Parts: sequence; C-alpha cells; structure tokens
Amino acid sequence: MARPRPEPMQVVKQRRDAALNAIVEGVPYIRFLNITFDRRGDELTGVLNFDDKLIGNPLLPALHGGVTAAFLEVTAVITLSWEYFFPMIESGEIEAEELFQADSVRFPKTVDFTVDYLRSGLPRDAYARAFVSRSGRRYASVRVEAWQDNHARPIAQATGHFLMPQSKPKAE
Amino acid sequence: MVDKVEIARRFIEAIPHAKALGLKLTTISDGEAAISMPYNADLVGDPRTGVIHGGAVFAALDTCCGAAVMSHPSAPGGTATIDLRIDYMRAATPGQSITAHATCYHITRNVAFVRATAIDENQDLPVATAAGSFTVEGL
Repeated sequence: MARPRPEPMQVVKQRRDAALNAIVEGVPYIRFLNITFDRRGDELTGVLNFDDKLIGNPLLPALHGGVTAAFLEVTAVITLSWEYFFPMIESGEIEAEELFQADSVRFPKTVDFTVDYLRSGLPRDAYARAFVSRSGRRYASVRVEAWQDNHARPIAQATGHFLMPQSKPKAE
Repeated sequence: MVDKVEIARRFIEAIPHAKALGLKLTTISDGEAAISMPYNADLVGDPRTGVIHGGAVFAALDTCCGAAVMSHPSAPGGTATIDLRIDYMRAATPGQSITAHATCYHITRNVAFVRATAIDENQDLPVATAAGSFTVEGL
C-alpha cells in the first residue's frame, strides 16, 4: 500500500514552467510591459521589469498610474488563470502548448477593477502578488498588491471581479 | 484657446508611457478631455481574438482623467490618481482605435472627482467606464 513514487523533480518543474510560460508568453501586452513571473510551487510573483517607457511623470520621475494598474490587472488575471488551469495541467487534461492554440480554452475576463494608489511608483522594478478571495463557477474575486523595495510599503493595491471561463458553449 | 490645447497636447504626448501607447490628445477644455489610442498589435491581450488588453484601456482612461483634472479652471496644476475604478462592458473591436472621454465634474481644494468612458467606432455601447478621485496639487 506504499504511495506511488513521486515524479522526478525535473519532470514536474518542466511541466509547470512550460504551462506558466504558455500562459504568460502568449499575451503580446505582457511582453510590451515586460512583465515576468517567478514561480515557487504554485505561488506566483509578478515582476514589472523597469524601462523608461513605463514613466508617467518625467519630473519626479514616477511610474505611470496606468502601468501600475495594468501590472496589477495582469498579475490578477495570470494568478487566477494559473490557479484555474493548474489542476487540469497536473492531471494531464490539458497540455501547456494547447492553452493559446485551442479555441476551446478560455481565460477569465475582467468585469471590473478598482485600483488604490498608495505611493508613487519609483523608476525601478516592481513586484505584485494576487490572492484569489473566491473563485466560483461564474465569478471570481481577486485582491492584488504591488510593492518595490519594501513589501510592507505597497505602492498600490486593487480588487477586481472576473468572469470565469464557461465550459459549455457560452451564452454571453 | 488653441494654444492651451496645443500646450496640453505637448505635455501629454511628452509622457514616455503615453508615447509608448501612441496616445493623442484630441480635446481639452474646462475639466473635459478626450484622448485616442490607435490600435496596436503590441497591446493585444488575447492573440486568438486580437482584442486590446484591459490594462491598456485602463492606462488610456487614467491619462485622460488626469488631463481632465489639470484642465479644470479651479485646478492649480498637477494631479495624481488616488483611486480609479473601471467597469469593462465589452471587448474592444480589433483594428479600431479607442477614444477615452473624461469629465472632472467636481473639484475641491484637495480632491478632484472624475468620470470617464472609453469607446471604439461603435459609439452606442462603451467599451469601458471609469470613475475615480484625484489629488489637487500646485505645479
């Protein structure tokens, strides 16, 4: 009655990283902002890699508020998608490569998004983490925060609601 | 009046991120502003549909709201977003530019209140609406 032998680490890592890359690299806007994701187990941290084109106030200088919001929204959607697809990828129900090829694979859609600006974003990298407060059959509620040098001093926080992918042919 | 629009246009279009998004200020006067964002494949959120990512729409709306605050007769100069909420009504039509219209409908010594909509060529149903509050600051 021994438990099944765990898969070799490289197999697990390779499958999970391939799935995350398929979700993230398929989106042109994420490449445009140069957002990447660090994965530790199932936990994701969004990284906004600084570039001069992300500046909104050249005098301070500070990150554009729209960039901060977009970074929070991208982190929220990717984290929600990751939690949604992770079990299907682990069970082999979906292959990572299919995510953006198959028309049947749908992603969560943003219904509304509210951003609180707490401090001005400095011209350097920023980090964000999202927490799925509830993910139901139709709707999900997600909280997300972003920080730079000090996690205890966030630059912005947001909450958003999302429409979850419907497995049946949708009635929108 | 033409000069004020021209100065505001140069100011907005000198913002590095506004440049990156290709934002064009079309109207600005007395607490109202309009900014258009041309369709750009780099801003797509889902490569299968070609629909612009909501984050880019948010950035255009945020910029437009800030411009509306700065153009209000009672605003001394600068502003920063305190909070902004966006409701996404529908996907923007691929290939069409998106225009944001913002109105600063009330301003106090410390806070400015703004409403905005984003539309594409189908003007009957907005792509998104926004409401937010902004700081009021001297230059």
